[in-house]
Amino acid sequence: MLCDICKKNVAKVHLTQMDKGETKKIDLCEECAKVKGIDDPTSFSLADLLLGLGAAQEMEQGAAGAGLRCPACGFTQAEFKKTGRLGCADCYRTFAEGLEGLLKSMHKGTRHVGKAPQAQHFSPDLEGQLKALQRSLEKAVADEDFEQAAVLRDQIKRLREPSREPSAP
Amino acid sequence: MKLDEFLPSPAATLKHSGPHDRIMLSSRVRLARNLRGLPFPGWAKKPERVKALELIRPAVESLPAMAGAFSGSMDDLTSLDRQILVERHLISREHAARSGGSGLVLNPDLSLCVMINEEDHLRMQALRHGLQLRAAWQAIDQLDSALERKLDYAFSRELGYLTACPTNVGTGIRVSAMLHLPALVLDEQINQIITAVNKLGLAVRGLYGEGTEALGNVFQVSNQMTLGETETDILERLHKVLAQLIEHEENARGRLLEKKAKMVYNHVGRAYGILANAHSISSKETMNLLSLLRLGVDLGCFPNVDRTLAEELFMTTQPAHLQKGFVEKLSADQRDLLRADMLRERLLQVGRPVTPPPAPDKPSAN
Repeated sequence: MLCDICKKNVAKVHLTQMDKGETKKIDLCEECAKVKGIDDPTSFSLADLLLGLGAAQEMEQGAAGAGLRCPACGFTQAEFKKTGRLGCADCYRTFAEGLEGLLKSMHKGTRHVGKAPQAQHFSPDLEGQLKALQRSLEKAVADEDFEQAAVLRDQIKRLREPSREPSAP
Repeated sequence: MKLDEFLPSPAATLKHSGPHDRIMLSSRVRLARNLRGLPFPGWAKKPERVKALELIRPAVESLPAMAGAFSGSMDDLTSLDRQILVERHLISREHAARSGGSGLVLNPDLSLCVMINEEDHLRMQALRHGLQLRAAWQAIDQLDSALERKLDYAFSRELGYLTACPTNVGTGIRVSAMLHLPALVLDEQINQIITAVNKLGLAVRGLYGEGTEALGNVFQVSNQMTLGETETDILERLHKVLAQLIEHEENARGRLLEKKAKMVYNHVGRAYGILANAHSISSKETMNLLSLLRLGVDLGCFPNVDRTLAEELFMTTQPAHLQKGFVEKLSADQRDLLRADMLRERLLQVGRPVTPPPAPDKPSAN
C-alpha cells in the first residue's frame, strides 16, 4: 500500500475517520506523516481530531493564513489548531473565511434558521442579507461550485418570499 | 447549603416515570450560550471568567423556574461532590474538572441544570424521564427565553448563537437520549444499528458521553449538526429515530425469547447469582450485570421487583457514591468489597429469578 500523499513510499501510518457514517481511511508513509505532524500523537492537531481531518489546514488556507489574529481577543489560528475551539464571538468574523468550508462540511447548512433572542430580533436586514447572498452566489457560479450555488439560490428565494419565513415556535 | 443536603437520593429521583422508560432512561436537551463581549471560557483569563460568572449566576438564580435552587461556584464543591454530580449525569466530566470562575445552578427536582463557564459561558439543560424530548425542549426554551431578557447573548443573524466550538454554533442545541439496549447487544445487532444511526448524522456514545464506553448496555444518542436546521426539526428527527430504536429493542427481546430463551435466562440467572453473592466486584462488572438484571425485570423474571432498583444500584455503586460517608479515601479494592456488600444486602429482598416467567398479561396469553 502506497502513501496517499506522496504516492511513492509504503504507507505505515493508517488513520481511520468516521464522517457522517462513512469510514474514511488515510494511509501515510512515515515521512509524510511526520510532515503532517501525525507521527507524534501528542502534537496531533486536536482540531483535526475534533472537527475532522484537514480542519486545521482548511483554516490555514484562509486568506491571511496561520498568522491571523483576532483583534478582539488575540486568539490565533495556531490556538484553534491546538484546541479546536475559538477564542471569542468575534473570532467567527476574524476567521470567517477559513471557517466557511468547515461549517459547511459539519453542518446541514451555513445559515442559522432557528431561535433568535427576542431583543435582537429586530426586522432582519433583508437588503444586506440579499446582497451578501447574491455576492456568494456569483462567486459560487464563477468557481463552478454549482451545488453551493443551488443552495444559495434557494436561500435567496426563501428570503424574497416573506410568506415562507420560518415562524417563531 | 451543602450539596449533599440538597441532592435528593437516587431512589427519590427515580420514582418519577416517563413514557417508554422500560427502554428509554432519559431525555435531555442542552443549549449552549455565550455573553457578548467576553472571551469564551477556555480562552478567557480568570478575571474574565469570574466576571462572566458574576453576571450569569444572579441572573439564573433570579428566574422563577430556579426557585429554591442550589447555586454554587465549582470552587466551593469538594472533588467528591463534583464526582457525585457526574455520576448523577448532572454535570459533564469536563465541568467537574474546572475551578476558578465556574459555577452551577441546579433546581430542586434536578430537571434543570445550568453550568456556568463550562466550554461555553452557559450550558443549560433540561432533563426528563423516559421519552420526553419535546417537554425537555419546552422547559429549556422557556428558561433560555427568560434568561435572554437579563443577559446579552453573543448572537449573529448569519450564524446564530456563537459557541466556543464550531460544532455547536447556530442553535447551540444538543438533544440527547439515554437508552438501555441489552437485547440488541445480545442479539449482536447493535453495531449495525449504530452505523445506521450514524448515517443519519446522529452520534451514538457511551454512558458518560463523548469518548466513553457503553457500560451496562446504555447508549447515548444525540444530534451533531446545529446549524442550518431549526430546533424542532432536529428534535423531531431524533424523536423518530428513538421511536424506531425502542421498537427494534422490543423486537429483539421478543425474538430472543422465542429463539434463544435459554441464552437470555442464562445471562439473567448468572447476573443475579453474581450480584447477589459476590464478595468483591468492580464497577464495570456491576454495571454490565445490573443491565442484565434490569432486562430480567423487564421480562418478568423478578415479578416483585421494580425496574428502578437496577437503575438506582447503577448509580449508588459508582465510586463517588460509595465513597460518600467515608472520610478516608477508599482504594479501588476497598470499594469493590463495599460494592459487593451493598449489592448482597439489597438483593437479599429480591428472590431468585423465575424462568421462564409466569405468563405475562399479554392479550394473546388468555
